[in-house]
Amino acid sequence: MAIVLKRKPLNFLEKLYLPQIVAGLSTTFKRMLAPKETMEYPEERPPIPKGYRGVPTLVKDPEGREKCVSCQLCEFVCPPKAIRIIPGEIQDEEHANVEKAPKEFDIDMLRCIYCGMCEEVCPEEAIWLQNQYSMSGYSREEMVNNKEKLYELGGTLPDQHFKWKKKKEAEEAGNAH
Amino acid sequence: MNELLIKITFALIVVVVLMTLCAYSVLAERKVSSWIQGRVGPNRTTLPLIGSIPVIGPMLTRLGIFQPAADGLKFLFKEDVIPGHVNKFYYVLAPIISLVPALTTVTVVPFGHFIDTATGDAIPLVLADINVGILFLFAVSSLGVYSIVLAGWAANSKYPFLGGIRASAQMISYELAMGLSVLPVFMWVNKPGMEGTLSLYDVVLAQEGLWFAMWMPVSALIFLVSIFAETNRLPFDMAEAETELVGGFHTEYSSFKFGLFFVGEYAHMVIGGAVMTLLFLGGWHPLPFLPWEITGIWGAVVSVLTFLGKSLFFMFLFIWVRWTLPRFRYDQVMRLGWQFMLPLSIANLIAYAIIIYFLDT
Ligand code: SF4
Ligand code: SF4
Repeated sequence: MAIVLKRKPLNFLEKLYLPQIVAGLSTTFKRMLAPKETMEYPEERPPIPKGYRGVPTLVKDPEGREKCVSCQLCEFVCPPKAIRIIPGEIQDEEHANVEKAPKEFDIDMLRCIYCGMCEEVCPEEAIWLQNQYSMSGYSREEMVNNKEKLYELGGTLPDQHFKWKKKKEAEEAGNAH
Repeated sequence: MNELLIKITFALIVVVVLMTLCAYSVLAERKVSSWIQGRVGPNRTTLPLIGSIPVIGPMLTRLGIFQPAADGLKFLFKEDVIPGHVNKFYYVLAPIISLVPALTTVTVVPFGHFIDTATGDAIPLVLADINVGILFLFAVSSLGVYSIVLAGWAANSKYPFLGGIRASAQMISYELAMGLSVLPVFMWVNKPGMEGTLSLYDVVLAQEGLWFAMWMPVSALIFLVSIFAETNRLPFDMAEAETELVGGFHTEYSSFKFGLFFVGEYAHMVIGGAVMTLLFLGGWHPLPFLPWEITGIWGAVVSVLTFLGKSLFFMFLFIWVRWTLPRFRYDQVMRLGWQFMLPLSIANLIAYAIIIYFLDT
């Protein structure tokens, strides 16, 4: 059933329209003195909530080693095929032949859809979507994050797995994994 | 010869001040609108040298003081497109006609008062103190409607055409009410037995005591509303109505020609505010019932500043109203003009004719 709202006839003051204008003017004047809503972007930045899915990055463990073992799971799972990995051996003597590490690791940010699948699939917790949200560049090449850039963006995550250290200790105790 | 030189410098100063006022009212428009909408407004444009003075530079930048320069230069450097389907002659003529009347009317607007300390002679600070001041002002400023009509017709496309038609109808209808609303003022100024005058200077002199806005509030109100309509400001911006008509009469204009329309509109507003101040708000008298005492150069400076302050208040009012009220519909504008403003101004005229008759006898 339709609801019929009776419209009251306007009284003289309302017909005059002037009190309404004055009321409107006072409202806008109050708004003028009110604090501003604008966030002045490059200087002020919005707070990033926890679990925010920003630019995917690679992280190192607290001892400064690469966590990524170049299993290429993220490369396979990535829906738009933004990730390109060339696996390689670990370069430094001490850990050579233990696991692999990526020789090259490129994420094309023009393709990435920030879905977070790579983060979810990674068995080593090596790739993380962190709080970096503004990616810009002047060319397509600039928009491809290579390995150095990824580690630079990623930094270190303070987790307590110490996988490398434990493996080494196990090996020293005669327990070849 | 010497007098001519003084007049020319005087005129140059007035034009420069007027243009600066226009430029900064555009800035004020942007700033006030953004404040009302909870934004910050233009606050990035800066100049190399002045902008790097420690405290003052950033402060001016935040206030957007350098923005008008950027806005103006932008108009100069943009491509000036003349569409193929326009009537070139009238198309080019229209923006010129929009600015010229606005700059011409300023010649009869007195903006201060100089009293010679030695002789006590009062000299109005005005480019031309002609005796038909208000008539000249109305005549010339209503030429401004031709710019809109011409722009609308010459552009030869439908949105400017509609804008032009609306604007001409609107401006012609509100001019009647505007003219009638100032008649009581001049009835009072022209006391019986005195030499008749229509000069704006004499109007201000007549307001040493009561300001006209105080005992002729209806006149002042009608005049104010008509000024809004005449300058095509919201709520009467029928001519532009950007939500309906793209840009209205200036849709086909670009670059500097558009800039001229823009400056013309603001110049009309500045003049409108100034005339409102002169006719109804006591001109350069700082307060009612405060006869003008200060003589000499300082008196002149104070009078000009008072006058400027009051006119700037009206600029603020124009902007403030623009960002408060929605636009009238076209038929509402016409109804308001012909069915309310015109009868009201006639009734007002008759009422004050009777009152003034009894006051004078
Ligand atoms: S976030 Fe999604 S799209 Fe981006 S790299 Fe990871 S898996 Fe690929
Ligand atoms: S980031 Fe993770 S999933 Fe991707 S290759 Fe490295 S270890 Fe594998």
